[in-house]
Amino acid sequence: MLVIGCGIVGAAAAFELSKYDLKVGILERENDVALGATKANSAIIHGGYDPVPGSLMAKLNVRGSELCEEICEKLDVPYKRNGAMVVGFTEDDVQTLKGLMSRGISNGVKGVMLLDGDEARRREPGLAPEVTAALLVPTSAIVSPWEYCLALAETAMVNGAELFLRHGVENIERDGETWKVTAGGETFEAPFIVNAAGTYALKIHDMVAERKHTEKSKRGEYFLLDKAEGTRVGHTIFQCPNENGKGVLVTPTVHGNLLVGPNAQPVEWDDTANTTEGLNFVRSTATRSVKDIDFRKSIRNFAGIRATTDADDFIIEEAAPGFVDCCGICSPGLSAAPAIAEYVTDLLFKAGMQAETKEDFKMERRRIRFKELSDEEKEQLVREDPAYGRVICRCETITEGEIRDCFEAPIPPVSLDGVKRRAGTGMGRCQGGFCGPRISELFVEDFGKTVEEVLQDRDGSEMFTGRTKEVR
Amino acid sequence: MYDVIVIGGGPAGMAAACAAHAGGLKNILIVERDVELGGILNQCIHNGFGLRYFGEELTGPEYASRFIDRVKEAGIQVMLDTMVLDLGTDEDDGNGKPLKTVTVVGRETGFRKLKARSVILAMGCRERTRGAINTPGMRPAGILTAGAAQRYVNVDGYMPGKRVVILGSGDIGLIMARRMTLEGAKVLACVEVMPYCGGLARNVVQCLNDFNIPLYLSHTVTDIKGKDRVQQVVVSKVDDKMKPIPGTEMYFDCDTLLLSVGLIPENELSLKAGIKVDQKSNGTVVHENMETSVEGFFACGNVAHVHDLVDNVTREAELAGRSAAEYVLTNYYTMWVNQQLMKSGTYRYNRKKGEIQHFLPPSPDGAAFKMGENEFICTSCPRGCHLKVYPDQNYRVTGNGCPKGRIYGRNEMTTPSRVVTTTVRLRRKADAVLNLDGENASPATDSTLYDFRVPAKTSGPIPKTRIMELMELVDKIELDERPAIGDVIVKDVLGLGVDLRVTKR
Repeated sequence: MLVIGCGIVGAAAAFELSKYDLKVGILERENDVALGATKANSAIIHGGYDPVPGSLMAKLNVRGSELCEEICEKLDVPYKRNGAMVVGFTEDDVQTLKGLMSRGISNGVKGVMLLDGDEARRREPGLAPEVTAALLVPTSAIVSPWEYCLALAETAMVNGAELFLRHGVENIERDGETWKVTAGGETFEAPFIVNAAGTYALKIHDMVAERKHTEKSKRGEYFLLDKAEGTRVGHTIFQCPNENGKGVLVTPTVHGNLLVGPNAQPVEWDDTANTTEGLNFVRSTATRSVKDIDFRKSIRNFAGIRATTDADDFIIEEAAPGFVDCCGICSPGLSAAPAIAEYVTDLLFKAGMQAETKEDFKMERRRIRFKELSDEEKEQLVREDPAYGRVICRCETITEGEIRDCFEAPIPPVSLDGVKRRAGTGMGRCQGGFCGPRISELFVEDFGKTVEEVLQDRDGSEMFTGRTKEVR
Repeated sequence: MYDVIVIGGGPAGMAAACAAHAGGLKNILIVERDVELGGILNQCIHNGFGLRYFGEELTGPEYASRFIDRVKEAGIQVMLDTMVLDLGTDEDDGNGKPLKTVTVVGRETGFRKLKARSVILAMGCRERTRGAINTPGMRPAGILTAGAAQRYVNVDGYMPGKRVVILGSGDIGLIMARRMTLEGAKVLACVEVMPYCGGLARNVVQCLNDFNIPLYLSHTVTDIKGKDRVQQVVVSKVDDKMKPIPGTEMYFDCDTLLLSVGLIPENELSLKAGIKVDQKSNGTVVHENMETSVEGFFACGNVAHVHDLVDNVTREAELAGRSAAEYVLTNYYTMWVNQQLMKSGTYRYNRKKGEIQHFLPPSPDGAAFKMGENEFICTSCPRGCHLKVYPDQNYRVTGNGCPKGRIYGRNEMTTPSRVVTTTVRLRRKADAVLNLDGENASPATDSTLYDFRVPAKTSGPIPKTRIMELMELVDKIELDERPAIGDVIVKDVLGLGVDLRVTKR
């Protein structure tokens, strides 16, 4: 079994398949997992009120959101069911909200409720006075998407799956009853393939079958605000969805920041640049629903690509014998991921895959987060292992012990951002200004990298051109 | 129980602790996050420090070293490699003054809750980042704050890039323009959105003009290209509302963008103790004796407001230290105004509110840097007098505020000279942990040779025209033993009659 791509969908598929007595290989073209859309999105586990009833999106969103909570609990992924509100300003909006509510009910979303403006503001005082109605979606949640992906991929590996990083798929050929995949200069053979290549999935599809759909990639831009703004709202605040998606949201993150975005700009599939127009649009739209957001507290902008297609639904089907596509996994892909994995597994069984469930499947993962411990626990931990006493990232209070732990995990980081996604260093208000040098030193002095090899993120993102005194 | 705990062992913390000692306190503790005292001064290897306080020009590490000596002499206790996690006010000490708790953690220190009669906040500041100014474009490697770059270059010896654009004309950005040039990189431009320069005039002269680096005022970065590493930076002129003007784009092919776009006081810890912080500047709101809104907590240095000169930080910190001593030792301590401090130009005392309000000194007009023939800005001190020299009148100088200006003006016309600061390579085994005396507190266990950088400077000015020649010579130097501060590395360097000396303890 080969899984192509280790974003949230690939990781969830590998995780699901590692429950069976299969030999699972994951091919990832980047130097780390979660480097595509998984690391740059709204980080929401949607309730499921938005997709058209009967669609794959509707079915898998609701089921995925149910599965997510248990997975995050068992695999120690930051997750919080904070609930969402979709706010309306006009009579038309109220009609839309009523429509969404009945959609939600037919999709099986539990607890949806329509509130008037005052009741909405009573529950969420940050809402603008212009808000006249709100749809409450109590099952909506927030999650750390890259940690979710890492947890699923690492658990798959603990249960026998193999991850091949820097193995971009170059070619796929049918060879009798099996597939031959060339990736990263090696050849892999497997009778079954899951194509979970994200924004790249249609290009992988082209290697085995005729194309039926076209890409309609859309970029979304965001502001991430300091934790001082993190309690501006408790719920995830949406506006009424339109043809461009679920609109600009304002939400707390599981890490305690405030996230504002996205817009929806049609772009080339890999253009993740921020634009002044995009950010201005996000800013002015967001302040319609939540008035007093202090954008001076912005600590980072980013942009992500939605792998949208012209299908208006997920495309999850057997594209060729034993080859299952997961294309067009845009929003709510993160929410649906574990359900997509179940669905894909079903398709594979129907396609002739034979496998038994493992009896010794291990579903456990724990991480030490120093700052979340009680004083007594901190005291004891530092006494037992002084590495947890040295704070490396001052903004987020991340210790040397936690950084060391992430290097000992099944998928160790290879870049500064890799450490950031695992340990949380550099996520704070100084954006790595202070801890960046210390982690770079760690790579050079403790992990034997040359100065030129220290990476910011992807391969090619070298931090340094060399040492001083060796330039001329 | 400590009389006072000082949070931060940079210039503010050290000066405050020394002044508290001079004020009669015995049991003083400095808590420092880094493995050595000195704070950001350790990476500021350039000169220009101490003109006001010591009356001589020092580099950052030299300035720090003088206070490290004072800390040692006073017997002040120091916890290195230790971070403060929490601050709070506890029960009464019996004299009607609440005790403070300071929660600290460190590798050697462990996790502890300390008690003190007073606390001095001296945590300094951090740099504004790209995220704070919402610069559009891609987010590749090669975009970093000037201070982070300074640490990489001067302390670690890592080169962040070879072709550099600098956004913002703050002092660190200007200093880094010169540093990157000296280290062999090409600095293409310094870009400032305001119509005037953010840094000191002397830094524009010595860091940009000396190396012909253009300063674009009323310009900003409007796009960054490059997926994994910076490839190009687009710079546009802005109108008087600071909006980019289409059609004015300039394209710089470069691999690095350094940001020097402002500093923010680090007051997150102060907020935990319920201390009032100014919404606009993020500085601690203080009374005239540097006491914060919470009794017994004092603040000084860049945590109170961002200073441009360390000499002013020291003066302010001494006031905070004396005030803390007065608070601890007397029952009815008086509030008083330090006249000298009020004169420094960055403070305004609001009698109605009983608070010192901070404001930035007016920045020099950008046009001021466009010098006419035989006109110079004196860099002998931060004041930056505008000089005019008359070579046909026996080099008569006008516009100078003091005799130094006369000498400067004449030299600038005949043989312009500069003190050059740099680092030199040191390859040796690592020390496991250094204690305050610079001796090994625990022995090194690994025999790998590590590449260190040791700060150094020329013992006097050398002709501007020989600077790059000197830097090429420095590239070839390799020390194998850790030297002491003041040690001569090269005697009579390039036959110019000055020595290259170590500037760090």
